[in-house]
Amino acid sequence: MDIKDILQERILVLDGAMGTMLQRYKFEEEDFRGDRFKDWEHPLKGNNDLLSLTQPEAIAEVHRKYFEAGADIVETNTFSGTSIAMADYHMQDLVYELNYESAKIAKKVADEFTAKEPQKPRFVAGSIGPTNKTASMSPDVNDPGFRAVSFDELRLAYKEQVEALLDGGADLLLVETIFDTLNAKAALFAIEEVKEERNIDVPIMVSGTITDASGRTLSGQTAEAFLISISHIPILSVGFNCALGAKQLVPHLEVVSAKTGYAVSAHPNAGLPNAFGEYDETPEQMAAQIKEYVEKGLVNIVGGCCGTTPEHIKEIANIVKEYQPRKLVVPA
Amino acid sequence: MTKQERYLKLSGLEPLVITPESNFINVGERTNVAGSKKFLRLIKEEKFEEALDVARHQVEGGAQIIDINMDDGLIDGKRAMVKFLNLIVAEPDIARVPIMIDSSKWEIIEAALQVVQGKCVVNSISLKEGEDEFIRQAKLIKRYGAAVIVMAFDEIGQADNYQRRIEIAERSYKILVDKVNFAPEDIIFDLNIFPVATGMEEHRRNALDFIEGTKWVRENLPYCSVSGGVSNVSFSFRGNNPVREAMHSVFLYHAIKAGMNIGIVNPALLEVYDDIPKDLLEHVEDVILDRRDDATERLLEFAETVVGKSKENKVDLSWREEPLQERITRALVKGIDQFIVEDVEEARLQASRPLEVIEGNLMTGMNVVGDLFGSGKMFLPQVVKSARVMKKAVAYLTPYIEESKDSNASAAGKILMATVKGDVHDIGKNIVSVVLACNNYEIVDLGVMVPPEIIIQKAKEEQVDIIGLSGLITPSLDEMVFLAKEMERQNFDVPLLIGGATTSKAHTAVKIDPQYSQSVVHVNDASRAVTVVGDLLQKETSDTYKKSIKLDYESFRDRFLNRSKQKEYLSLKEARTNKLKLDWDSSDIKKPSTLGIQVWDEFDLKKLVDFIDWTPFFRSWDLHGRYPNILKDEVVGKQATELFDDAQTMLQKIFNEDLLKAKAVFGLFPANQVEDDDIEVDVGPSNENSEQPQFVFRTLRQQLKKRDGVPNLALADFIAPKDSGIQDYVGCFCVTTGFGTQELAKDFEREHDDYSAIMIKALADRLAEAFAEYLHKEVRIKHWGYSQEENLTNDDLIDEKYRGIRPAPGYPACPDHLEKLSIWKLLEVEEKIGVKLTESLAMWPAASVSGYYFAHPKAKYFGLGKIQQDQVKDFAKRKGIKEEEAQKWLAPNIVEV
Repeated sequence: MDIKDILQERILVLDGAMGTMLQRYKFEEEDFRGDRFKDWEHPLKGNNDLLSLTQPEAIAEVHRKYFEAGADIVETNTFSGTSIAMADYHMQDLVYELNYESAKIAKKVADEFTAKEPQKPRFVAGSIGPTNKTASMSPDVNDPGFRAVSFDELRLAYKEQVEALLDGGADLLLVETIFDTLNAKAALFAIEEVKEERNIDVPIMVSGTITDASGRTLSGQTAEAFLISISHIPILSVGFNCALGAKQLVPHLEVVSAKTGYAVSAHPNAGLPNAFGEYDETPEQMAAQIKEYVEKGLVNIVGGCCGTTPEHIKEIANIVKEYQPRKLVVPA
Repeated sequence: MTKQERYLKLSGLEPLVITPESNFINVGERTNVAGSKKFLRLIKEEKFEEALDVARHQVEGGAQIIDINMDDGLIDGKRAMVKFLNLIVAEPDIARVPIMIDSSKWEIIEAALQVVQGKCVVNSISLKEGEDEFIRQAKLIKRYGAAVIVMAFDEIGQADNYQRRIEIAERSYKILVDKVNFAPEDIIFDLNIFPVATGMEEHRRNALDFIEGTKWVRENLPYCSVSGGVSNVSFSFRGNNPVREAMHSVFLYHAIKAGMNIGIVNPALLEVYDDIPKDLLEHVEDVILDRRDDATERLLEFAETVVGKSKENKVDLSWREEPLQERITRALVKGIDQFIVEDVEEARLQASRPLEVIEGNLMTGMNVVGDLFGSGKMFLPQVVKSARVMKKAVAYLTPYIEESKDSNASAAGKILMATVKGDVHDIGKNIVSVVLACNNYEIVDLGVMVPPEIIIQKAKEEQVDIIGLSGLITPSLDEMVFLAKEMERQNFDVPLLIGGATTSKAHTAVKIDPQYSQSVVHVNDASRAVTVVGDLLQKETSDTYKKSIKLDYESFRDRFLNRSKQKEYLSLKEARTNKLKLDWDSSDIKKPSTLGIQVWDEFDLKKLVDFIDWTPFFRSWDLHGRYPNILKDEVVGKQATELFDDAQTMLQKIFNEDLLKAKAVFGLFPANQVEDDDIEVDVGPSNENSEQPQFVFRTLRQQLKKRDGVPNLALADFIAPKDSGIQDYVGCFCVTTGFGTQELAKDFEREHDDYSAIMIKALADRLAEAFAEYLHKEVRIKHWGYSQEENLTNDDLIDEKYRGIRPAPGYPACPDHLEKLSIWKLLEVEEKIGVKLTESLAMWPAASVSGYYFAHPKAKYFGLGKIQQDQVKDFAKRKGIKEEEAQKWLAPNIVEV
């Protein structure tokens, strides 16, 4: 069943945090390395994307838990899966494999669930993170005209990631945690190229990040300016994730919801971080906030980001199934 | 609540949504090098901070979009665009509005689209180069997420009537919406605003056709917008602001009603529609809406009452009835030399001494010229024409003055001008001389290739007040440094002016200024020369000005030196390791159809007409803008058109009377890259003058540390290395169109016609460049024959769209002039076509071009940048010259330590 049709009927649930779940496994350096990378010259602990190769069972298990909790869509374990972000671990050459395998793991789990519950098909969204470099900001305060990465470098890195995610079986692509819109535009450009070269269509979700109370992205755009800047190609949904909790996202979701014909998505953090940098909003607290979204008819897709768990997703899924999705408008 | 409207939506940091209820959207246009002299200067001088202020000022002043254009031949447009945009993004008070990326070069547009996060407007694309290119560009624009301005322009040309406007708009729209799937609300049409009331019958409907075209477009092409540059419409009333302001608001009133919703309007030149006096309004509307056959005449007549003075009319000789002084002033301001002798004679008869005519009548007129020029109301070609009239008048008076044994006219100051030793270029120097002469300075012009001892000697003899040095090639920079040292040693105290294409404020501040304890000023355009000289010589301002200049150069120098230290360089060895490694495949290499040397002794210059790049021609006259748009430029268009017409006349004369001789020599040879940086040329046994069959070109390699994956280039990289086993080829050439120039210029100078003297030189330069372009094409298609299918227009050639390059020694890719000696030896240039090299290795005659040919598809132009001492040493060794000699020739490119 086409995800576009399902979106007309009900609110879809996205999964929660991958990183938070992986922390529970308390993986150490040798777990990250596994047998294959035991002699790698650089430290690998913290390279969560690598776990798709070295601990594939753990990744599959996290996906399974989110599907069990009621998620319709899980994100692949590929948030840092670009040659630009992987350069930190000197693993640029593994980018294709990382994305391909991550998508394959998620797709296998999704297919198991779809087979069990054909009336609720499950989807895999290829997660495309922002990389660790920004195309429209200078990392050097003394040289505002300097750029650490160019559009073309980003475009090529994203293209590699997109091709691998699609080859591995991703049903959707999710360009997320966009703090610099220019990075996202390079990702969208790469996706369009791949679509054209392969003569395929693939639904795209776009999710920006409003960094703080200023109400702007890190690169300075307001929610509406962000929306306008990414609306040039047909996308499935647009929305926000990360940085803020569900409560703080409301005003920005209201803007986007009123101004776009695309579906609207939100996957906020479990509240704002506490003094120890932990996210401590409980599943019930978060679900109560999400209730406001659906009562106001603001969203079509909802899930969680940092600090959220299958328990959060379960609560959220329970709430949203009672509500009608936000109305979609086919462009004139 | 989720109704999706199809409105044009743009964004900077903040959104801009244009709805039917929106007021007219005003685009800021001061950040456009073609439209703002000030902005052009700031960009040229790399004063990006100040350039940002211009942008900020626009936004603060209410511009809702800012148009940014860097199309100028003297600027690396792509680099300037990217740099400026990167800086703008860091300024939230500017970046909040959307950007309009304005360029005629796709390459610049694409580079700009890659650095802006918001949704921009691309200005512009059109069907000019056919549907395929239009579709290609539109598709990319869509993918980058920008709206687009589509010009009403197609393969045939610009739309200039109602029917063509709507036809092109409809065709463009259909292609964009149906074939490219472009969002119709992201399309903005520029339907060409052309001047009305020009006196030409075919221009009568210009405004009306635009307005009606706009109405049709808005009614028939759903969701799109219409834009345009408004001030064009009143072009023929330049100088009469009340009428222009009325015309703008009347035009806008009707165009906005018809659906124009975006535009470039100077708010300072706009009257409130309701405030326009009834009678003026009626006359203006008659013209804009083409309501009467005599509308133009009536408005012209009426316009006189509005400013109280009549517009110039070419056949109107009524000014001959005016008083004597008025006539003389007018002749000088308008550059009319037809009656000057009779007017001067009349003045002489009235004066008690002939000298009074110069000091009184003529100087009064020239002061008006100086004021108009200083305030930007006259342009350089006009001033040079004024000077022609002045010279003619003075020449007529001179015998009378000598007869009456009158003393010399008291000039404001005496200025020595010279092009330094080894350099032959003097167009710029002559223009500055003429302009200064117009401002009552006495000029001692020593000409070209003047040795330093002569400059020193003449300066003493003539007791000059200022010395001005000019040069175009890089070795001239050292000559200037030497002269500054010499002036210091001999205790000179007069200011030193530095100018010419190769000079810069940076070089002046860093290299020349420290050598001379008195004032040194870099002056690169003629209009600035007048102010600078004035400030230096006027008693009241002189001291303060000199001190401030010294301080300015000192701090500039400090900043510059600090900046240059921040760059990182590789050792030559490292740079070589990071050389460009092409995948050598013999399919990329074509053996030339004809190997060896060929000479063209006779060449029909007429064949070059279509190869002339006119933009630099206008620049040599300080008129900035890209040809042909410059002819329609709001500010300089009229002057540019006149200058262009004069150039055409002169060109015809050159052709008809066979005044200039064109010659060329070129050769294509087997060659391979050896030792990374050298190109070994196989001359073969046919060249009896060379002792060994092997001949080597030495190239220089970039040493600035590059980003990962970016190579350190040398020209040798474009030739297959010997150890690849692939036989490659290289070429070199020299063309000239300069024989005859000097004599012609002298003839004109004798007739006091500096205007024509400068013109002939500027044209010879253009012809030489055109010849180089022509020959390169012949080589590509025929003699080398690697691009036999090539079919490019002149614009494509100027934009260098062809395969292969022809870099010239002395220019950025190979700044080493010494390589000219190699070319001269290899091709026997002097023996075969007579072009010589001066001791500074400038070519003589000046209108000559020489260089190499590289044919690999990946060969491209680049800049060497700075090199380190290790390369200087290595280069000297390879070349078999002394290290000091290498130091001297490469000086401008060596990293400061």
